[in-house]
Amino acid sequence: MSRQLFRGNLVRLAAVEPEEMSKAMPRWNLDTEYYRMLDSAPPLLWSEKKVKEWIDKDLDKDPAQDLFFSIRTLADDRLIGFMSLFDYSGHTGDALVGIGLGEREYWSKGYGTDAMRVMLDYVFNELNLRRLTLIVFEHNPRGIRSYQKAGFVLEGRVRGAMQRDGRRWDWFWMGILREEWARMQPGE
Amino acid sequence: MTIEQQLFEGETIRLGPIDYEKDPAVESRWTHDLSYLRMVGRDLARPLSPAQVKKKYEAIEKGMEERNLIYYTIRRKEDNELLGFIRLDWIEWTHGAASLKMAIGNLSERGKGYGSQVLRLFLCYAFDELNLYRLTATLSEDNPRGVSFFKKFGFVEEVRRRKALLRDGQTYDLLMLGLLKHEWRRE
Repeated sequence: MSRQLFRGNLVRLAAVEPEEMSKAMPRWNLDTEYYRMLDSAPPLLWSEKKVKEWIDKDLDKDPAQDLFFSIRTLADDRLIGFMSLFDYSGHTGDALVGIGLGEREYWSKGYGTDAMRVMLDYVFNELNLRRLTLIVFEHNPRGIRSYQKAGFVLEGRVRGAMQRDGRRWDWFWMGILREEWARMQPGE
Repeated sequence: MTIEQQLFEGETIRLGPIDYEKDPAVESRWTHDLSYLRMVGRDLARPLSPAQVKKKYEAIEKGMEERNLIYYTIRRKEDNELLGFIRLDWIEWTHGAASLKMAIGNLSERGKGYGSQVLRLFLCYAFDELNLYRLTATLSEDNPRGVSFFKKFGFVEEVRRRKALLRDGQTYDLLMLGLLKHEWRRE
């Protein structure tokens, strides 16, 4: 059985290398459009040193509290983003997923959707969760489309959850059930 | 012009800080009641000793110090008995949003209208004092009393996290109710 759990068609999920990631993240964070899709908190710019301390601390936890992956292209093994899985080990069978594609030239080309498909395979075939949840902001329609393509369904909108650029924006909560995902698999 | 409004005084209840002497034993008793734990949230249900409850209080006050959350006890004015708690979590000061949770711990004290007094008071605090824009309350669909309680104040269903709860072999949706400041029904 030569099954590949962490490999998609365009990207693979890999371990986080603290040296490399702590150089990439502060650079990505300079891109405000990226940062605001990622986080509701106002952008704060942190040094490579500080970011590395956080990453080291996070990776030191055993067992891991959250799962933290880098996203690398299959074509040239380039680090283009990261993925995190929060609250995955509880009794609820549910977890929260987050994704950030820091390298802009990989936007809108299917890399994010591919990474999410790999994550869904992992979540349902290895972690045996019942469902997966994510939150995406109203001002990120590209993200919403990508998640829908991966099989997520809009479960509701938290109205006016954020104030940005002079107006309120909703948070979209999306979820996918194990059975919905199973129906999307080839051969089903 | 003066402000005479009392933020923490209701008719028969008041909001207050934690009492490290008395509260741990009382809350420890509540945590031995599964129906209480399940109503309070989705966290792993487990009984806590008074010492563990005390540790939890310390973590709560640390969170308050860091401005991540706000936690008040609910007490009966007459005899100062601890009835429950009310708290804000996931406070986004930049956006004026927070998550609201409250509970009356003692089963025999439910249905006496304490909850309505508490929420009436606390919504004034959240909207008029903290100047929040919106609140979110998350409840299981198998708690219709809780849902209609919040709706009375103007909360509306915004999100339905399908089958997010699995209990006794059955799945339940998790409902997120939202209240915007301008929709708040003061009564």
